[in-house]
Amino acid sequence: MELLLIILIGVLYATGIFMMLRRSMVKLLIGLILLGNGANMLIFVLGGITTGKPPIIGESEKILSGIYADPIPQSLILTAIVISFGLQAFAIVLLKRVYVLIETDDLNDLTTPETDI
Amino acid sequence: MKSVILRTASNYLLPLLLLFSVFILVRGHYSPGGGFVGGLMASIAFVLHAFANKLENTRKLLRYPPGAFIPVGLAIALLSGLAPVFIGKPFLTALWFSTPVPIIGLVGTPLFFDIGVFFVVIGITLSILFNISENIL
Amino acid sequence: MTDNSIILPVIAHLFTAVLLIFFWRKVRIQQAVSVAGNILILGFSIGLFIKTWRAGYLTMQAGDWQAPFGITFVSDVFSSTMILLAGIAGLAVSIYSTVGISRHRIQYGYFPIFHFLLLGLNGAFLTGDIFNLYVWFEVIIISSFVLMTLGGRKPQVEGAIKYVTLNLLASVMFLTAVAILYGLTGSLNMADLSLKMAKIENRGLVNITGLLFFLGFGIKSAVFPLYFWLPSSYHTPPSAIAAVFGGLLTKVGVYALLRVFTLIFIPDEFTATMFTIVATATLLTGAFGAFIKRNIRKLFSYLIVCHIGFLIGGLGMHTSEALAGTVFYLIHDIIVKTNIFLAAGIMYKISGTTNMDKLGGLYADYPKLSLLVAVVLFSMVGIPPLSGFWPKIWLFDAAFSTDTWYLLIAMIIASFITLFVIARLWSDAFWKTRPVQEVPPTDDFSAMSWYRRSLLVTPVLVLAAVSLYIGFGAEHIARLSERIATDLKDTAPYIKAVLGREIVNF
Repeated sequence: MELLLIILIGVLYATGIFMMLRRSMVKLLIGLILLGNGANMLIFVLGGITTGKPPIIGESEKILSGIYADPIPQSLILTAIVISFGLQAFAIVLLKRVYVLIETDDLNDLTTPETDI
Repeated sequence: MKSVILRTASNYLLPLLLLFSVFILVRGHYSPGGGFVGGLMASIAFVLHAFANKLENTRKLLRYPPGAFIPVGLAIALLSGLAPVFIGKPFLTALWFSTPVPIIGLVGTPLFFDIGVFFVVIGITLSILFNISENIL
Repeated sequence: MTDNSIILPVIAHLFTAVLLIFFWRKVRIQQAVSVAGNILILGFSIGLFIKTWRAGYLTMQAGDWQAPFGITFVSDVFSSTMILLAGIAGLAVSIYSTVGISRHRIQYGYFPIFHFLLLGLNGAFLTGDIFNLYVWFEVIIISSFVLMTLGGRKPQVEGAIKYVTLNLLASVMFLTAVAILYGLTGSLNMADLSLKMAKIENRGLVNITGLLFFLGFGIKSAVFPLYFWLPSSYHTPPSAIAAVFGGLLTKVGVYALLRVFTLIFIPDEFTATMFTIVATATLLTGAFGAFIKRNIRKLFSYLIVCHIGFLIGGLGMHTSEALAGTVFYLIHDIIVKTNIFLAAGIMYKISGTTNMDKLGGLYADYPKLSLLVAVVLFSMVGIPPLSGFWPKIWLFDAAFSTDTWYLLIAMIIASFITLFVIARLWSDAFWKTRPVQEVPPTDDFSAMSWYRRSLLVTPVLVLAAVSLYIGFGAEHIARLSERIATDLKDTAPYIKAVLGREIVNF
């Protein structure tokens, strides 16, 4: 299981970086999303995978019993997902805006001459 | 969207989904759920409504612009975090009322914090989705 | 027992921001609330600084969850100094923004986002938890994205694409590093990590994690091979926004580097050498970049990169003297870099351009204002006894004593080039007569009322006074920097304050 996930993480990072190096803005965005997912998976794997119960205390109990998963990586991933959700929403709107202004998807065309501000 | 089935269904689904999102919000402290998930569900309910009945009608139904939910939610969350400061506990400490409220269960500052998160999530998600769909469609 | 006053600067910013969102689109009220909020927060920051100076370390366990399990907020002298500087710079930029930021931008929520940015900065300075630091960094970059694109003109959104992409990449690197750190130690509290990292036997893995942190923070603080986003984006937003970016945003990256590489990863020989080499390259490339730019704000952007080299170099040498010099330079740099962008904004208001070829005759038209700007510019260069001079002595001396001659040469070259470009800027923009143009530019500055002009000039004046104080009252700042350097070198009291049972409380 771990090996499979580790290979998956490698693939996610590699494709993410590869997509970011393309010239298309949409591919840039896809690359960012893949990278973010890769990082989340990495937290998940490095937090240690346990075949146990979810870390929820039962109705009648006071503390966790038996084998349970580490809750910290899960909360870290949740936080990271929420953050990347916001960032990606922003990035989509930004790229849309750039597309409207410049009317191209090619990052090489971002060459508006320097103007005075 | 022109489907009559979806339009009719969404009228009944909206209150049901909202009720379910509140249920998810309230059970959130010790069980799976909470403000974020609840807020997402509530906003999805509105998005479904917008799909079926056009965006303007959903906006009319909401009455306030979705952005108005954000400061309200932030204020609730901030105040719930500040409440323990007044009795000398650190910021964000969980305070609970001793007697449980029927149906809801124990009420405390984490619940109010979650309610704040709930409103912020609704506000932000709906603002983003409404803006994107208005500019693209 | 913990001390709630630590997070007052954070909560007050959040409170102000929420209040501002309630007054969405009411420009006048927003301006007043923002300035009032910043004055209040500056007061809190001064209070926190004095309290921390007396006590040494203050801690607060958020939510009453004890360290290392909960999130700890720690205020030591270093972080409270940074909070104080952020408070001063924030107030100055806020006053400047009331005139410098157009109505249109304020209506789209400039002030709330500005306060969220400062909230993130203050949180990042105070937190004692590495993942919480990540979250504060995200608060900072999301706010900075919005500020960068606010207004949505073509060059702005183009600059923003580069800025957004590279900063998102930096966040992913940071998150990766945090993940590996958690996998290695099972902890996220920085004091706890400091103890646990020392015990790990696989030093190679520790170093790799350290380098990932360096990569993440390095992109944010714009060091040599990673800085290209900065000069291509910082000149696009309005001056007030560029001021807070240039003054505080890159410096929070440096702060995080200083924190992480003194507390969690103690640089070994390889890492230290890499730091000094990166610093050398940063100094030289930044200086040469500034050398060829004719647009004032592009020139300043390259100078930001150049002067980051001093800070990274000080961290790389890692002696107490070098760290004290770094901290002193950081204090000086925050104030001065904020100020030069504000001054550039006033120059733009007067001439309608920031191109040195088209500027000129400012000294003849505005002699007093020009002298004020001269103080600012030459503080940055570090002409004795102005503020940039003193930390450089320490850094040069540290470079002598650690035998990093290449860094020493680079620092000298960078200082000279800074002097040269600033002198050239002065003679081009202020002394030269204004070149004749077909359409003479309109002078927006003199058209303003006296009140509005004073709102633009006062922040520059105040910040110039602060940097003069740093220069002439150097012994105070030196004592402060030495104390911070001692704290950074000897982390035992920090760890004890966070993890120990007897938490300092006054």
